[in-house]
This record gives sequence, C-alpha cells and structure tokens, in this order.
Amino acid sequence: MQPHERITDSLRQANAAGRPGLVAFLTAGHPSPAGFLPALQAIAAEADVVEIGVPFSDPMADGMTIQRASQSAIAQGVSLRWIFEQLGGRDFEPEAPLLLMSYLNPLLNFGYERLAARAAEVGVCGFIVPDLPLEESAPLRDALEAQGVGLVQMVTPATPLARAKVLCEASRGFVYAVTMTGITGGSRGLPEGVAEYLDRVSGVSPLPVCAGFGIREPAQVRLIGEHAAGAVVGSALVEVLEEGADPGVFLRGLRGKAA
Amino acid sequence: MTIEFSENDKARLLEDTIAGRLPDAGGRFGPFGGRYVPETLVPALERLTEGVRQHLADPAFLERFRHELATWVGRPTPLTEAPNLGRAWGAPVWLKREDLAHTGAHKINNAIGQALLAKRLGARRVIAETGAGQHGVASAAACARVGLPCTVYMGAVDVERQAPNVDRMRRLGAEVHAVQSGDRTLRSAIDEALRDWVSDPAGTYYLLGSAVGPHPYPYLVRELHCVIGRESREQMLAAAGALPDAVFACVGGGSNAIGLFHPMVGDREVALIGVEAGGLGGGLGQHSATLSRGRPGVLQGAYTLLLQDDDGQVQGTHSISAGLDYPGVGPEHALLKSIGRVDYIAASDEDALDALNECCALEGILPALETAHAFAGAREWARRNPGRRILIGLSGRGDKDMPTLTKFPMEARHAAA
Repeated sequence: MQPHERITDSLRQANAAGRPGLVAFLTAGHPSPAGFLPALQAIAAEADVVEIGVPFSDPMADGMTIQRASQSAIAQGVSLRWIFEQLGGRDFEPEAPLLLMSYLNPLLNFGYERLAARAAEVGVCGFIVPDLPLEESAPLRDALEAQGVGLVQMVTPATPLARAKVLCEASRGFVYAVTMTGITGGSRGLPEGVAEYLDRVSGVSPLPVCAGFGIREPAQVRLIGEHAAGAVVGSALVEVLEEGADPGVFLRGLRGKAA
Repeated sequence: MTIEFSENDKARLLEDTIAGRLPDAGGRFGPFGGRYVPETLVPALERLTEGVRQHLADPAFLERFRHELATWVGRPTPLTEAPNLGRAWGAPVWLKREDLAHTGAHKINNAIGQALLAKRLGARRVIAETGAGQHGVASAAACARVGLPCTVYMGAVDVERQAPNVDRMRRLGAEVHAVQSGDRTLRSAIDEALRDWVSDPAGTYYLLGSAVGPHPYPYLVRELHCVIGRESREQMLAAAGALPDAVFACVGGGSNAIGLFHPMVGDREVALIGVEAGGLGGGLGQHSATLSRGRPGVLQGAYTLLLQDDDGQVQGTHSISAGLDYPGVGPEHALLKSIGRVDYIAASDEDALDALNECCALEGILPALETAHAFAGAREWARRNPGRRILIGLSGRGDKDMPTLTKFPMEARHAAA
C-alpha cells in the first residue's frame, strides 16, 4: 500500500465501522516542543488521520488560534527540520497515518525532492498546502508522488462543481472540503446548506471527503458524518492542548462516545 | 536557492518585457509571479483576471479612467527642474511630481482605476491594506468617488507612526482596522485583508495597493501606474531635450517604481535604479532591502524575492518609512533584477532623513520618507556620475511623516543654499 493510500484506507475503515472519520490537527511543538510527541501519540490513538501543522510566519488562511500557535511554535524553535527530527526519533508507531499541513514557503526552502524522501522515511503519508492551488502544484505533486506521498486538494463552497470534480480527481488521501468561505477557527457554526454542499462534493469524489473549518461540537461531527466521510478538527483541538486538557477525551467526546 | 539566468535567457526575457508579453498566461514574469492562494480565492481571481482583460481593453472604461485622472487626480503631474539640488550634487535633476497628485502620492492612480473596475465588476464593498497610509487614503477617496464602502487594514505600528493619514481615511468614509497580529506593519495588513477577502470572495473587491500579490495584481497595478513613466518620458524630452541618463524610484512593494520604469525598460541607454530601505544596517531584521538581500520564495500569493530565514520563515523588517517596511517585492522587479535591466540599491534611514532635509531646504518640497530613499540613492550616484541627467520619481509628499520627523530635528547644514 502506498503511503497516501493508508490515509484513504484509514478513513474507509472508520466508515465501515459505522462512524465518521476524524482528522485531528495539532500545530507541531505548541504549546510546548517537549509535549509534541506525547500529544501526537495520544491524538493518533483516537483519530483516524493526524494532521501536523508546520508553523509559518504568515498563515493567511488561518484564524487567531492557529496564528497564535504558529507564532509560539516558531518562537520556540520549531521548524520543518525539527519536526522531521522528532518524527524520525520517536519510539512508538502512531496508530493513525500522518499528514503535514504547511504553507508552501517552508517546503520550497527545504527542497521538494529532499522533502518527499524525508517524509516517506519518517512515515508522513501526505501533505496539505493551503496556499498551493492545483494550477501551481505540479512540481511538488510530482516530487511527492515519486515517493507515494499524497497531496490533498481542497474544495470550498466558492468552487464551481466542474472545478471541484477536477480537484477531487487530482487529490490523494482524501478531499478536504472547506465548510465555509473564511479562515480556520470560526465559531459561527456550520453555514446553511453545508449538507447539500458536502453531498455535491462527495458525489463527484472518488476519495473520502472530509469537511473542515469551524468544527467544535459532536452535533457538527454527526451532521457531517451523514454527508461526508469525516470531519477535520483543528483550532478547537489546539485550544484543548493549550488548556492542558486530554486530547483523547476531547476527541472521544466529539465522536459522541462517553469520555 | 538562487536563480541564475544564462545570457540568452536574460536577453529573451528583456525582449519579452519590452514587447509587453509579460506576465504570461500563468501570470509569470519569467519564473516569478504566479498565483499562490487558498482555493477559496481561485474563482475570485479568475473573475478578476477576466474583468481586467475585458475592461482594460474597453475604450469606454479607459476614457472614464483618463477623465478621472485628468479632472479628479490632477494629471498630468508636473515635471519640476531642481536646480539647487543640481548645483549641490553636480548633476542636473528633474522631479516627477506624484506628490502633487490628489491625496498626495502616486497611489491614487491605481486606487481610482481599481475602484472603477470594482464598480464595473459589481462589488458590494472594497477592502484595502495600507502601510504608510497613502494607499488607504487613496482607496478611501476613490471609493467615496465611485460610491462603494471601503474597509482599510493597517498595522497597529503604522497606525501610530502615520496618524494623520488614519484621520484622513476615516474622514473620507473608510472604516480603519488596526491589525494587531503578526509584525503589525504592512505585511500583517495584507495577511488580514486576505483573510477578510477569503470570507467573502464573491461580494468583496480587494483593492491591492502595490504591484505584489497573486496574478493579476502585479500586472493590473503596473498598467494603472504606467501613466507616470509615459508622462515622464514625454516631459523629459520636452524640458531637457533628451531622456534622463538615470531614473530613480524608491521600492517597497514597487508600485511607483514599476509605473515609472516599465515604459522606459526599452530605452536601454537609460539606467533604471530602484532604491530600497537599508534601514539601520545589514543585520537580520534591520532593513527591508528585499531585492538586494532576498532569496526566492512564496509570500502573499506570488513567487518572488523575499527576506526569509533558512527555514523559509519570513523575516521581520525595519525601515523608518512605513511604505517600504515590507519583506517581499513585486515579481516584475524580481525579474528586472535577475536579468540585470534594473539596479537595486539600498539607502539607510539616516541617508533618507538627510536627503529629505536637503530637498526641503533646497527646493522647498517635503518628500515622503519613502521617496527620500530615492533622493539618497540619486545623490550618491551623482557623486560618481557628475553632469549626468537625473530623473527622480517623487512618489509622495511627506506631510504624513510629521509624527516621525518631529523626533529628528533638522540639521543646520542644509539650510539655504
């Protein structure tokens, strides 16, 4: 199985077991670099896919929570190199496949060939790059594909259906359906028409579709589970980690299981 | 990571620039430019690109734009000979007076052009970012003129150092948001404007104020500012009987510089020199000299030269002038540097202040602190090239800089030539 297929497989297994998939996000090294691997291990034990945020100085698609987390991580010396070192030196096998979420510039600086090789080596199965639209993505996609590592494509409510179909077919791992036009971490709840939107995207996608942005509550995960393969939870989980609370308890709660 | 061009590539890319073939269909100036934005903005940028293609070729739109430039902005702006500076420097000097354009800087050319475009594209509201506040003021004025609500994002640091402009924007009807995230200067203001735009890509028009960002902005902003270079060329031929030997403009994002330079790129005997903010020195975070010291990378929608560390984190910058305090630069400037058609140098805070004082004392003109960098660069060049004709893009006036300038008392040595 190619690394990116592990992501797809993990989400399909969750669905086969009758539950929505859960993609859980943490900013690497926030709130503390020493807490990164323990948090990763705990989250991977509960989630179906773990998305590790590479901090960037200018996170233009992110709201206050992830901006704050990125700044704090950078200030504490977290970088892509550091993340690879940590992942390479871990003494446990995470129970869920790993993704890196990064803006393009840190990846560009690392060098795409080296990036793909290093990712495969430390067990990173895919990438999400929020400022890399499909039209600009060929150099990175090709380098990752050579190692079987996937580049996840995003669709949004502003994406015309014909374009959504192209994006879904180009995606690897899963399709990231942004629930709203806006930035991460919103607390307005899911917008009107989200069910129809997810049905449309799921209808044209050969891969599992996971919905993200603004997801904080079990009811939202339940609703999304009826119209997509899974939900992505980011800012809310980062806030749980900031409070020093147990991420496993929070994620189980999101699934509606007893804590 | 650097980009090296062969002599053949350089010659070909220069020809492409002169012939107007750049940016290409992908929004590229050679390797630079492109469109690195969240998926949410892709349809909006495609609509904008189509709107630009359609309206900038529409005689009725261009006539309306020209009419506003002539009757509301006050174009053509004058070319002023500066004989006292000329005597002091040992070289004849002319000034292209964008400080005399409505609202006090070149920014208004782009603002009114894009505001007219926003109206045609059916926008419900306009957002803009601003550093020195000049683009914010220009956007507020242009939006009032065409009848669209305007929201301006401005870094909290800049709100303080350019206070007079904040009051002007509000008076002109704009809502001003002081941005507290990031480095709280121009770059954070752009990040915040992009976040706003992502939230309403269909109804909101982003009136970007420099020749930076994703395609089609670097092209659109250049086209709206090229009037500066076209007028300058004609005015120099009329006033001096010849083109200048060297043309100077300050470069932050690079909008006034590209407007002045682009129409003269084909005049190969004319030296084009961009002056960046050398700040306090060459150390990390002490300057904003992107073209002189940056490496290629992606920031805020474009592949261009950036001030960044080894991990690709964008560096903090410093400049005494808010408008130059930016770690990126327009992609066309990155190309013009890489192919050697434009030289980019840096002037320090101190040199800029000194040049500003000199221009006040000798010519009775208070240039903006941004513009003063171009004067500092030109003065240095004149020392090495006595007698050669110099044209300086006087991109804006310095009234807005009084809160900063009062901290630096004027030295006596420039008083009265």
